[in-house]
Amino acid sequence: MAKKKAEGYLSAKESRRISKENRKITDAYEKKRKRKNVPESEYLTKMHDTGNAVEFDNLHTYFFTDTGVVKSVDGVTFDVPIGKTVGVVGESGCGKSVTSLSLMQLVQRPQGQTVEGEIRLNLGDKAYDVIKTPQEKMQTLRGNYVSMIFQEPMTSLNPVFRIGRQVDEVSALHDEEGKSEEDIKARTIELLETVGIANSKGVYDMYPHELSGGMRQRVMIAMALACNPRVIVADEPTTALDVTIQAQILDLLRQLKDKINSSIILITHDLGVIAEMADYIVVMYAGRVVEKGTAEEIFEHPSHPYTIGLMASKPVVGKKVDKLYSIPGKVPNPINMPNYCYFKDRCEMCVERCDGAYPPEISLSGTHKVSCYRYFEEKGEA
Amino acid sequence: MRKYIVKRLLLSVMILFCVTFIIYALLRFLPASYVENMAMQLAMKPGAKPYEEWLEQLNAAYGLDKSILPGYLTWLGDAVQGHFGDSWKYTIPVLQKFNETVWLSFIMGAIAFILQLIIAVPLGVIAATKQYSRTDYAVTAGALIGISLPTFFFATILKLIFSVKLGWFDLFGLVGRDYGQLDAMGQFLDKANHLVLPIITIVIVSVGSLMRYTRTNMLEVLNADYIRTARAKGLSEKKVVYQHAFRNTLIPLITIVGGSLPGLFSGALITETLFSIPGIGFTSYEAMRIGDIPFSMFYMMFLAVLTLAGNLISDILYAVVDPRVRLA
Repeated sequence: MAKKKAEGYLSAKESRRISKENRKITDAYEKKRKRKNVPESEYLTKMHDTGNAVEFDNLHTYFFTDTGVVKSVDGVTFDVPIGKTVGVVGESGCGKSVTSLSLMQLVQRPQGQTVEGEIRLNLGDKAYDVIKTPQEKMQTLRGNYVSMIFQEPMTSLNPVFRIGRQVDEVSALHDEEGKSEEDIKARTIELLETVGIANSKGVYDMYPHELSGGMRQRVMIAMALACNPRVIVADEPTTALDVTIQAQILDLLRQLKDKINSSIILITHDLGVIAEMADYIVVMYAGRVVEKGTAEEIFEHPSHPYTIGLMASKPVVGKKVDKLYSIPGKVPNPINMPNYCYFKDRCEMCVERCDGAYPPEISLSGTHKVSCYRYFEEKGEA
Repeated sequence: MRKYIVKRLLLSVMILFCVTFIIYALLRFLPASYVENMAMQLAMKPGAKPYEEWLEQLNAAYGLDKSILPGYLTWLGDAVQGHFGDSWKYTIPVLQKFNETVWLSFIMGAIAFILQLIIAVPLGVIAATKQYSRTDYAVTAGALIGISLPTFFFATILKLIFSVKLGWFDLFGLVGRDYGQLDAMGQFLDKANHLVLPIITIVIVSVGSLMRYTRTNMLEVLNADYIRTARAKGLSEKKVVYQHAFRNTLIPLITIVGGSLPGLFSGALITETLFSIPGIGFTSYEAMRIGDIPFSMFYMMFLAVLTLAGNLISDILYAVVDPRVRLA
């Protein structure tokens, strides 16, 4: 490991050595991904449960930076059932976005690489392991089976192309029936109407800078829905919008999800949004899932100390408090993660066992799982 | 749009007046006075009038007895009618001398500029898409070498290798020894042959900055959110880079391209001198050195016009490439 003189200090020699090693590792991954004509059998896989649209299984996505390896996502496992909404919560930098970008294979490369684990994507008659899928094939899945709504509507549309062209592009790209240009345009206008843009024909010919943030986010959603994807990843879709627009956008997402029966992975740190939208909740902390379960279980019986702290720190209507609760301490350095429970240093409910290795996943019910030693005795062996 | 262009043109005329006045004033202040030199030479002749008398007579003859403002107004009055006078050094009309020398420089500049674009833009894009790869390092290092090489040094190396050692080209001059005996085609080829080394010199020395500029811009665009969106749509990497990213990279590049319009006509002083090519750069330098006001005035005014036109063109092109820009 890097020899540290002070926190974060690296000599030039050290840094060079690290980046050279990183280069070797990432080059190998890049080479593998860029291969052409990979036999399908290599990335074909089987869903563990055919009722799931996506299964994240022990996902590890690391960033090989010049100061060391950042384990952004370090063993994340959860399922997204078909037609359900799964909310992923956690504080900034806990790996929520990287998890979803891994599903799209859009992690900033070459530094960011998924080094271990599987993401099984259900395509109906077959299932692919996204991690092993070569780039060529991946391009046919993106936008078609999995699509993504990004958190920055202001900058996520290309400023030099008209809205119509940008939405058309998605339909045209994944079009197997050989639609004519008029058909594609008609589809785009229909999509714009579905997402609640009144002047759809006018907006078709507009540029992104002529639209407000809410309108742009609607266009982003229209783009994401263009091919009726099975999975929609919404990465903080309402963060940049004001509250009234937020509600409209969330309503819209919910309606559309029911209409085309796709699954949504909703990433947010707004617990209100989660409570309203999600069927299942995954709580992440420092690159790992610390607790997951149905929305009811998480909100009614939060079990992990972090989740409890999170719930306590949200303002409640009608309850007067002098100071809103905040979890003490800060997230551990992502380059040098401790070998015990990552939350231990901030935890107010430590037990003796907490000094040991990172806690295993403990089932509290069929769906409710938590990684905390406080439940170890009660449930016996994990 | 038309209103904007008219407004800009009127503004340009205003600027032009100011620029020409400043240039005129500066030329009058130059220590190298053509008239003084001439008076001194004439006074040295045996039996000639004394220096002061000659100076007075010559000043009157060349219109230098007026103070700066009336002098400028006289020049302006003639210039507006298209009379730029005779060059003092070359003793032929300014326009004629200019016309004789500028095209050679323009052809050299234009070819060099097109080559620059053809080399720099694709290489810059490739270097950006393969950031930190071997290709990237090679391109960046090459660009840096080009930027750091002084023209005179690089031209000399080229001469050493291609003229002295290999004997492919002549050392200097625009035409070969047997130019007069060649037919039209042969004369053309002979001139082209003599221009190869100067053009290579100009291209290599100036291609680096354009390349680095393209690379930097492309990198910035490639990290933009909308590029991630384009990838998330399932677009191939080629389309992402050459359609979505490249259009956005063009925006800043246009400023550079528009700004280099005057550069096409201004000639390359050092290169032309090194290769003894009678282009406008060399000619105007000589004129300025000797204090030839009519020629220098015309040359500088011409460059000012081109600079203004270049700016206007790049502003209009901005509006064409970037829909966010509306000219008003």
